[in-house]
Amino acid sequence: MHPAASIIVFTTLSGLGYGLAVVLGLGFLGPSLLSSKIAYVLSLTLIGVGLLSSLLHLGNPQRAWRALSQWRSSWLSREGVMAIATFVPLTLSTTLAIFANRHDTVLGLITAFGSLVTVYCTSMIYASLKTVDCWHTKLTPLCFLLFSLAGGFLLASAIAGGNALVVELLALLFVLLALVAKMVWRKHAATRQPRSTPESATGLGFIGKVRLFERPHALDNYLTREMGFRVARKHAAKLWVVAFVCGAILPILALLLSVAIGSGLSAQLILCAGILAHLLGILVERWLFFAEARHAVMNYY
Amino acid sequence: MNPEPHLALSEPVGEEVRKTTCYMCACRCGIDVHLKDGKVRYIEGNRDHPINKGVLCAKGSAGIMQHYSPARLRAPLLRTGPRGSGEFREISWDEALSLAVDWLQPVRQTAPQKLAFFTGRDQSQALTSFWAQNFGTPNYAAHGGFCSVNMAAAGIYTIGGAFWEFGAPDWDKTKLFVLFGVAEDHDSNPIKIGISKLKKRGARFISVNPVRTGYSAIADNWIGIRPGTDGLLILAIIHELFRAGKIDLDYLQRYTNAPWLVIDDEGKEDHGLFLRDDLGKAMVRDRTTGALVRFDEPGHRADLNADFVTDDGRKVRSVLRLMAEKYLDPKYAPEAVVAETGIPAADIRGLAAEIARVAFEEEIRIEQPWTDMKGEQHEAMIGRPVSFHAMRGISAHSNGFQSARALHVLQTIIGSIDCPGGYRYKPPYPKPATAHPRPHGRSEHVKPGQPLAGPHLGYPLGPEDLLVDGEGSPQRIDKAFSWEAPLSAHGMMHMVIANAYAADPYPVDVLFLYMANMAWNSSMNTRSTIEMLEARDEATGEYRIPKIIYSDAYSSEMVAYADLVLPDTTYLERHDCISLLDRPISEPEAACDAIRWPVLEPDRDVRGFQSVLIELGARLNLPGFVDESGLPLYKDYADYIVNHQRKPGIGPLSGWRGVDAQDEGRGSPNADQLKNYIDNGAFFMKHIPDEALYFKHHNAAYQQFAIDMGFFDAPQPVTIQLYVETLQKFRLSALGYRQPFAPEQHRQRLLDCFDPLPDWYRPFEEQGVDTAQYPYHAITQRPMAMYHSWGSQNAWLRQIHTTNPLYVPGQICDELGLKNGDWAWVISHHGRIKCEIARTDAVNGRTMWTWNAIGKRKGAWALDPKSPEATKGFLLNHLIHELLPPRADGMRWSNSDPVTGQAAWYDLRVRIEKADAGTEISEPHFSTIKRPGSQQQPADELRFGQEWTSK
Amino acid sequence: MTSLPQNPTATKLGLVIDLDVCVGCHACVISCKEWNTGGYGNALSDQHPYGSDVSGTFLNRIHSFEVVPDGGEIVGEAGVARIVHFPKSCLHCEDAPCVTVCPTGASYKRAEDGIVLVDEDKCIGCGLCAWSCAYGAREMDLAAGVMKKCTLCVDRIYNETLKQEDRMPSCVRTCPANARHFGDLGDPASDVSIMVAERGGFDLMPEQETRPTNKYLPPRPRKSLSDIAPIVPLAENSDGARGFFAWLDKTLDRI
Ligand SMILES: Nc1nc2c(c(=O)[nH]1)N[C@H]1C(S)=C(S)[C@@H](COP(=O)(O)OP(=O)(O)OC[C@H]3O[C@@H](n4cnc5c(=O)[nH]c(N)nc54)[C@H](O)[C@@H]3O)O[C@H]1N2
Ligand SMILES: Nc1nc2c(c(=O)[nH]1)N[C@H]1C(S)=C(S)[C@@H](COP(=O)(O)OP(=O)(O)OC[C@H]3O[C@@H](n4cnc5c(=O)[nH]c(N)nc54)[C@H](O)[C@@H]3O)O[C@H]1N2
Ligand code: SF4
Ligand code: SF4
Ligand code: SF4
Ligand code: SF4
Ligand code: SF4
Ligand SMILES: [Mo]
Repeated sequence: MHPAASIIVFTTLSGLGYGLAVVLGLGFLGPSLLSSKIAYVLSLTLIGVGLLSSLLHLGNPQRAWRALSQWRSSWLSREGVMAIATFVPLTLSTTLAIFANRHDTVLGLITAFGSLVTVYCTSMIYASLKTVDCWHTKLTPLCFLLFSLAGGFLLASAIAGGNALVVELLALLFVLLALVAKMVWRKHAATRQPRSTPESATGLGFIGKVRLFERPHALDNYLTREMGFRVARKHAAKLWVVAFVCGAILPILALLLSVAIGSGLSAQLILCAGILAHLLGILVERWLFFAEARHAVMNYY
Repeated sequence: MNPEPHLALSEPVGEEVRKTTCYMCACRCGIDVHLKDGKVRYIEGNRDHPINKGVLCAKGSAGIMQHYSPARLRAPLLRTGPRGSGEFREISWDEALSLAVDWLQPVRQTAPQKLAFFTGRDQSQALTSFWAQNFGTPNYAAHGGFCSVNMAAAGIYTIGGAFWEFGAPDWDKTKLFVLFGVAEDHDSNPIKIGISKLKKRGARFISVNPVRTGYSAIADNWIGIRPGTDGLLILAIIHELFRAGKIDLDYLQRYTNAPWLVIDDEGKEDHGLFLRDDLGKAMVRDRTTGALVRFDEPGHRADLNADFVTDDGRKVRSVLRLMAEKYLDPKYAPEAVVAETGIPAADIRGLAAEIARVAFEEEIRIEQPWTDMKGEQHEAMIGRPVSFHAMRGISAHSNGFQSARALHVLQTIIGSIDCPGGYRYKPPYPKPATAHPRPHGRSEHVKPGQPLAGPHLGYPLGPEDLLVDGEGSPQRIDKAFSWEAPLSAHGMMHMVIANAYAADPYPVDVLFLYMANMAWNSSMNTRSTIEMLEARDEATGEYRIPKIIYSDAYSSEMVAYADLVLPDTTYLERHDCISLLDRPISEPEAACDAIRWPVLEPDRDVRGFQSVLIELGARLNLPGFVDESGLPLYKDYADYIVNHQRKPGIGPLSGWRGVDAQDEGRGSPNADQLKNYIDNGAFFMKHIPDEALYFKHHNAAYQQFAIDMGFFDAPQPVTIQLYVETLQKFRLSALGYRQPFAPEQHRQRLLDCFDPLPDWYRPFEEQGVDTAQYPYHAITQRPMAMYHSWGSQNAWLRQIHTTNPLYVPGQICDELGLKNGDWAWVISHHGRIKCEIARTDAVNGRTMWTWNAIGKRKGAWALDPKSPEATKGFLLNHLIHELLPPRADGMRWSNSDPVTGQAAWYDLRVRIEKADAGTEISEPHFSTIKRPGSQQQPADELRFGQEWTSK
Repeated sequence: MTSLPQNPTATKLGLVIDLDVCVGCHACVISCKEWNTGGYGNALSDQHPYGSDVSGTFLNRIHSFEVVPDGGEIVGEAGVARIVHFPKSCLHCEDAPCVTVCPTGASYKRAEDGIVLVDEDKCIGCGLCAWSCAYGAREMDLAAGVMKKCTLCVDRIYNETLKQEDRMPSCVRTCPANARHFGDLGDPASDVSIMVAERGGFDLMPEQETRPTNKYLPPRPRKSLSDIAPIVPLAENSDGARGFFAWLDKTLDRI
């Protein structure tokens, strides 16, 4: 699948933003701290920028509001609805935190729940597609959720500057869990039997092995550009190392170091480096998520 | 659930439908052009039309993009830069026509042969030949010489018809259909309609073709033959049929020259000729009485097994006896031809058995009485439901004439010519070779300021009809009808530029071309052709071919080489006439003709070429174009179509003749004729009466129909010529037995290739090159969605074939380590090209192929010079030379069939080498041509029809 | 109407495509383009139509496949593979994922006849429906930014300004090989349903669980020529010209 920059940025940033919103909603960070106020704003910003970015790939963004209408069946619509719905408690919580130094538990729980549901909805957009084998698994929402939580706790740790050990330990836990989940996901992606084959796509398997002889049109078209994009195996392997190291190993090291150092500027700097590495890792992971995915329509190409 | 939106389901397609004739290719289907706001909204097939019956091909539907092409020429052009640069100045029509007259009039007055007028893909040969004849030049022909003259000539000499426009399988009744070497054909839509019909009926369809795409892909059986060996395969089938006695003796006895008596008189001038009476009528022996009778005498039973000495002492044998002796030779046994053809003996035998079984065990009987030309009544029409069709896969080889003949002989011996379920003639065919004219163009036919003494093209009946001088040297610029290509019934357009450049046999002053992309895809050896067009005389600095006038509608590669360009309209903007005098669109059950008319007015300063030619004729004062006082006879082409008469009562169109539009075929001109055509959907169709529907070659009712329609004035029955005496006459000339004697250097070829009974010889290129060095064949196929060079300017069609990989058999790929997308050098005895390759396993293992004419020159056709057509697309033409490799004595024959001069495109032999990775640009490539005149840079996005879009 | 019609009505309009006779001529491709580019919804645009990177929106495309039979059916020197030309447009699936994923309700399946359509005024051009379609039947028009797809020529089949015989999809009307058939696959007695039943019409990618309405008819079975060879005995007379002449005389005397 074509790795559209806007979608990668969107899922990465909003995943991070919602993860942070979960941390905030669960009240891990005291509302009176300046850093927490920053975290609230940051969370909103990440989500907002992400959502705006997601509009960029639309053919007709001016009608984007229509996307809220089909929540009964469409995960994309649900995501939109949940994103906006979650904005409400999150904005209220932010306002409370900034202007009243308060954390309202009910509001917080609603925010956290909404955030997780939103991330889940995002992930289900992909996981629900039977056309992309590697996405079509429960592991996909699991990964998205764990990445979101890992990022959120990691970011919260960095913002808290090493003053929130529980958050750091949870970050460590979620990064590790996310890593494991992603590795299982990748293994599944690499070993699963494709649901559809050129033989089933054409129904000609009864004659023999099917191979494309001539494309319908000689050059690329929308379909081949959108669904036909596939990164070379060699590059994918390299990029996975980048994603693995930046997305998980460096953040884990940063967390361990910070736990070892305790609080302080250096811990905060290390954690900031950790979250930046994580961000880069996730961007790469997301890029690969698309670029390595094979769409069923390519059985025709 | 939301409410479903309201849809506007009943929008009218447009404001008006105008019915005309498609010209995205030469199939000439009927089209309904829907117009909206003065623009073309939609083109669909005309359901009533005899050719396409409502369907339309991709090209036809893409006519919209053809019509609005940015490559359309905008005004007459006068060259300002050197040839090939594309630098032109737009001039007025008056200036253009005056200039043309200034160039042409002196030629006509002094040496008319110094005009060479050749036309390409046109459909108005009745007019162009009439013009050329009245101009007086012997140098006129259309493109048939590089196209399919083998098919046409072999057909006319043998059965008085041929495939494609001349005849078709009986699609509704045939039970076995065998197709040789066809990728698309001129009969594009009828073939598709037909194949699909017969497959649905459960009839068997067999395709003989080295490549398994298109029609071959849906064939029940595919015979992946090695190119150039079809003749041998067919002779092996004939061998099998003779061996089994599966031949239709009754048919042979009645309708063919199988019982004709061939004189055996070794060393004499009548050796191998027919025994004839004083009137020149061929004689047969009556099996009942034993007497010699004229073949067309009623009431006899001709003996097919005659072998005797006549009363006056001449040894004679029937043609059938000669055939049996020849074809029962074990060298034609299936086993014996396996190595050449690459087809297993069991398949050949299976094919022969199936032909025999269907022909004789699945006989069709139509209870329709009819009367033959001897007056004999038949109660029913008996059909042998095996049909064949063939085109350039057979035709475009140097042995194509003989192979095509072999096929017609095969059809004939099973009795399936014009019978139910077999092959059927399309009116105005059948017409025997003898009923066609002889060629004109010898020096006694050419006089300054005078028309040529007769038509240029025709069918010679012997060496005495050749257009050669006393020394045997050619008289035409293309050397048609010379000893090099005696039966070149369509001329040899592919030799014109080379000969004019070499002033061989003489130089020309003006080369006048129409609708032929000679500087590109229709020439062999394209680079040299370009160089010849660019070559200058060292002394004078003048171009070797001094003046080139060219009519094209688009900025093709050839435009850049013209000195004066006469821009044509598109097919929706002009009158055209698809005449029974020319290349008809008839169907086997009806005589048909059609017109095109301006369904849109041109928005540029362009004119229909035929009208321009008529005006030129008038300005040149050509007979036939001006009256006695020198005033123009015709206002324009429309006027000519209606009022011109070839002979009294016979004009370009056969429908709605006579002042009251009541006459068909013959009749005086009708001023409203074009309107009558338009009201009828732009075509005319005259059904053949039921009793005349089959056996047209010998059917009295059909012959009467043909006379009534004006095809001829007296009956012209065809006795199928299994044995062609004309060919034997050339052999006698070569043997020095019969005058005129053939020049020494031609004798061996005449002996080798002019067998009066079809035979097979190895294609010349294969004979001439080291086949170990050039082990493979390379051929082209027409893509169904592209017409030669002119499809690439079409925004929709070009997306389908933007490039043309060379398809290489898997076996060869594996040997050379070639993968899809690799680049390779392909090398022939003449040159090398670099191109991208793709693997295929659905092909003869020794044959590589590509789509024809996709490669474009940079800058032509209003395409971006970086277009894949120009950077990756390529032509095989660079590998094909118009001459064969030199023989030991240095002599170079032309790369053509020795009988007809047909260009041997598919004889090409090559080897292939993997190219180093690097620039992915095909070789050779050429400099960029400038966009001519006021042609604009095309838009970067197209939203055709956006203004009409509804919901 | 992102949800699918609750009780799909009996009518299921669709196409039946006969792979046994499709010659891959692309007529249906271009006919579809010309009909639809001035008809339903936005034009089908072409980008860089005369440039190096030309592409455009098409609702129907022809693929060509090489199929290598197991065991290989070698014909002399010829290859083992066979080519099948394969037209593909929207299959108007009964369980159309493209409809259910659509966030705006632009994509819908008509309750009346099962045609799957895009209401272009609602479409935001998110592309998700194209992702959800395994068949590549949806193409985003880059100029209009909305999703295009085969409409089953809904503006022809009910068009009262057309003659009854022309109320069929453009691609069906134009196909020279008569490889495309239009009709009601919900009605077991319709021509198309009968054709499907007789010829073993099949679904593409049944495992995608989309339950396509359109059906494909497989290439008919083929019987090799060499199998026929022994059926008709060929040696009625003895070999060689002499034997033939004797046979000829005998036969001529008989008739
Ligand atoms: N390698 C290879 N070469 C081949 C062949 C092959 O099989 N393989 N086939 C050969 C055969 S059979 C043929 S017939 C030739 C065909 O080759 P050409 O006869 O050159 O045919 P086109 O490429 O169609 O070019 C015809 C010209 O007519 C112009 N034209 C189009 N419409 C109009 C119009 O309305 N009016 C005017 N005045 N001009 C118009 C086009 O712009 C173009 O320049 O190619 C031959 N060359
Ligand atoms: N769409 C489209 N239609 C066209 C044209 C076009 O350019 N495009 N051009 C028109 C013109 S000018 C012409 S002349 C006709 C030509 O119509 P076709 O004769 O159908 O043209 P080709 O594409 O030359 O096809 C020749 C076929 O013969 C096969 N072949 C090559 N060598 C051999 C051989 O030795 N034996 C056998 N058995 N087969 C062989 C090739 O694989 C190919 O399939 O088409 C006309 N119609
Ligand atoms: S075959 Fe196609 S291009 Fe040729 S005349 Fe017919 S519709 Fe036009
Ligand atoms: S083929 Fe694709 S676009 Fe058409 S209904 Fe099925 S899923 Fe939807
Ligand atoms: S692109 Fe349009 S039709 Fe497709 S899912 Fe998005 S909004 Fe719906
Ligand atoms: S039914 Fe209409 S829209 Fe669909 S593929 Fe055919 S022509 Fe195109
Ligand atoms: S028009 Fe018919 S034969 Fe041609 S590609 Fe389409 S379905 Fe196949
Ligand atoms: Mo041709």
